[in-house]
Amino acid sequence: MIGQIVRYIQSYLHSDLTPGAAGNMFWALVYIMLVFVGLSVAVIAMNWLERKILAHMQVRLGPMRVGPHGLLQPIADAIKLLLKEDIMPAEADGLIFWVAPFVVVLAAFTVFVVVPFGPTHAITDMNIGILFMLGVSSLSVLGIVMAGWASNSHYPLIGALRSSAQMVSYEVAMGLAVVSAILMTSLNADGTGTLSMIGIVQAQQAQHEWFIFKFFPLGLLAFFIFAVAMVAETNRAPFDLAEAESELTAGFHTEYSGFRWSLFFLAEYSAMIAVSSIAVTLWLGGWLRPFPNLLSNSTWDRVFSLFPGITFLFFAAICFYNTARMPKHPLFRIQTVGLAGFGIVLGLIGLILFIPEVSIRVQDIFWFAAKVAGFMYMYIWYRGTFPRYRFDQLMQMGWKVLLPMGLGVLVLTASVALLQEKLWHP
Amino acid sequence: MTDQNSSLSHLDLEAPEKPFLDANELVINMGPQHPATHGVLRVILRLDGEKVLGLECVIGYLHRGVEKIGEHRTYTMFNPYVDRMDYVAAVSNGLGYCETVEKLLNVEAPPRAQYVRVILTELNRIASHQLWLGTHALDIGAITPLFYTFRDREEILKIYEKYCGARLTTHAFRIGGLQYETYAGFEKDVKNFLDFFRPKIDEYEELLTTNRIWVERTKNVGNISAQDCIALGVTGPVLRASGVKWDLRKAQPYANYKNFDFDIPIGQNGDTYDRYLVRMGEMRQSVRILQQAVYAIPEGPIMAKVPKVMKPAVGEVYHSIEAPKGELGYFIVSDGSTQPYRLRVRPPSFVNLQALDVMCRGQLVADVIAVIGTLDIVLGEVDR
Repeated sequence: MIGQIVRYIQSYLHSDLTPGAAGNMFWALVYIMLVFVGLSVAVIAMNWLERKILAHMQVRLGPMRVGPHGLLQPIADAIKLLLKEDIMPAEADGLIFWVAPFVVVLAAFTVFVVVPFGPTHAITDMNIGILFMLGVSSLSVLGIVMAGWASNSHYPLIGALRSSAQMVSYEVAMGLAVVSAILMTSLNADGTGTLSMIGIVQAQQAQHEWFIFKFFPLGLLAFFIFAVAMVAETNRAPFDLAEAESELTAGFHTEYSGFRWSLFFLAEYSAMIAVSSIAVTLWLGGWLRPFPNLLSNSTWDRVFSLFPGITFLFFAAICFYNTARMPKHPLFRIQTVGLAGFGIVLGLIGLILFIPEVSIRVQDIFWFAAKVAGFMYMYIWYRGTFPRYRFDQLMQMGWKVLLPMGLGVLVLTASVALLQEKLWHP
Repeated sequence: MTDQNSSLSHLDLEAPEKPFLDANELVINMGPQHPATHGVLRVILRLDGEKVLGLECVIGYLHRGVEKIGEHRTYTMFNPYVDRMDYVAAVSNGLGYCETVEKLLNVEAPPRAQYVRVILTELNRIASHQLWLGTHALDIGAITPLFYTFRDREEILKIYEKYCGARLTTHAFRIGGLQYETYAGFEKDVKNFLDFFRPKIDEYEELLTTNRIWVERTKNVGNISAQDCIALGVTGPVLRASGVKWDLRKAQPYANYKNFDFDIPIGQNGDTYDRYLVRMGEMRQSVRILQQAVYAIPEGPIMAKVPKVMKPAVGEVYHSIEAPKGELGYFIVSDGSTQPYRLRVRPPSFVNLQALDVMCRGQLVADVIAVIGTLDIVLGEVDR
């Protein structure tokens, strides 16, 4: 019995498939837990980073009080939100008001079922992966509309209206951009395209080209359309009309408080990570390391596999540098020790990542996360730089600029692909 | 007269537009607690979807009866109260009040005092415009300019603090001149500030002036024609952005503004973008005035001869100055006692605010916010 279980578990270890695709439920569950925990940690880290980066862009310090350099601020906030009174407006539609945050969170988390962190590091591999992601992530707007409607209040209602108008004007352009990337996957030797997230990355590997560089500038344009549309999709600045603070106080979640509100918050950040991972998968080669063509021999493979460890050691070094700069005052002793401890933890992780067996397994996830982190930084940068679009201007841009552009890119990509097939590979 | 009436007919605020296709109109209470109404302004919006059919301002949440207080204080005692009206341009308020009483008393501040007054007032204009720019950009969704402008405004407040001990409600001037001689290094501080500030204006402009989203959000938003401006009594940068070259510093020179060489920036379209450009231009012109003034401060006394107990002759006087927000006027009726019989303030924010309805009709909710920001109102001054 026990031997069977052990064999069942071990049978997966050398598999080339994702646990879902291999039908191994135990490892699928493990992966679900890992993704869930990793995502929660990422959201917490993102919260802290956004505050810090935005603060430094705006000549201020950001959180500095809770923990060294405010490192414990997100945790303090989470505890505060959990302990807060849960208010439901008297006239609200109770059931819908209650369900709305869960719909949003569910939509934001479910998409991670198909996100490929590596060739085998995904919960499952669906043959309609990208379609599933787009479909499920669009569901979040349903939750937003529900929240706005159920609050029975004017500001949330307007926020919800804006959100639905925003969605219809961006989803189409977004879809066209995605289609042009999917089209590129069919340019393999066997000529079959794929919608599977893993398949898309493997197509880029097979063609020795990330799709952002393919048919320059067509891939780049499609990527650009997606990059604009994905900001609108996640309701982030400069497209944060649905929760425009200065206009609608807090938009669709004006009436939400405490834990329910934090669910919206959680959903917003995980949706950002989700759409960024679509962009990374479709155009930026997913888990593939940079410069696969130029620096392709095994020495470079070794060098690039060191990067995860180096990154963590770098973070550890930053921690130690700031530990040394901490004020030498008894009041700061705990913070200083805490920061040094954090640095030691990061350093140890970095050292573990240098073990070849570990680094080989982890480097895919590292490159994927690094690319997503780049997108996260862009999100913060947008927020620090741009004013907010107006609702009609946004629709105008979606329908009159991005949609024709997306159509043009799609038609051109198809034509170029066809020409290439007929002329160069008859 | 009939001509004027016809020009006002389209400003009839009693006849609101009808919603499209019998849709239910939505009435929204914006404020008095709202992140973007600049204090405690309450705007009752009547909406058709997001389109504004009409709006009504409800004011008075910050009413402190400043004018009534004036009737029960001596002329000197009332001076600090005016700082609490437009608290972001307290020095301008003080200048207006002091000059009005001086006019009533028939005294004139000595030249040195005049120069220091101009320097402090122009610094105040810059500070006021900085605050406007930061909050206006914040309303439109650009959060970063706020921190830049507040960082630079701090330098001005430091000069005030060194000069008179207060940063916001300064009470910098006295009737007849100044109470305090400038501190050692005052000129140097102002010169340093000018050198520091000139590139900063470019920095603000870099973030906004050519920013596509900013231009789209402000061009053709909250348009108001010169004719409507004059009909509604709108003054200041809002009037100038509509193309009227009217600046009291040039039109009716007070203090010693006639000694300085500066331009009046004007716009053409009377939209939010033009008002933005006009105010940016005014900051540059203020720097120009300061540059001339700080090198020309004469030596001499800082107080004219004014009686300890002021009892102006029976009569009335109206005097107005160009405050950062527009024409700031004081009307004082004296009955020969130590206290004014009646003191009336003509605040620019209050008068400009009545243009809000005209400017917002047919625009979207997001534009209402932009227009409130561009009117640059301070509720302390609206309600007094």
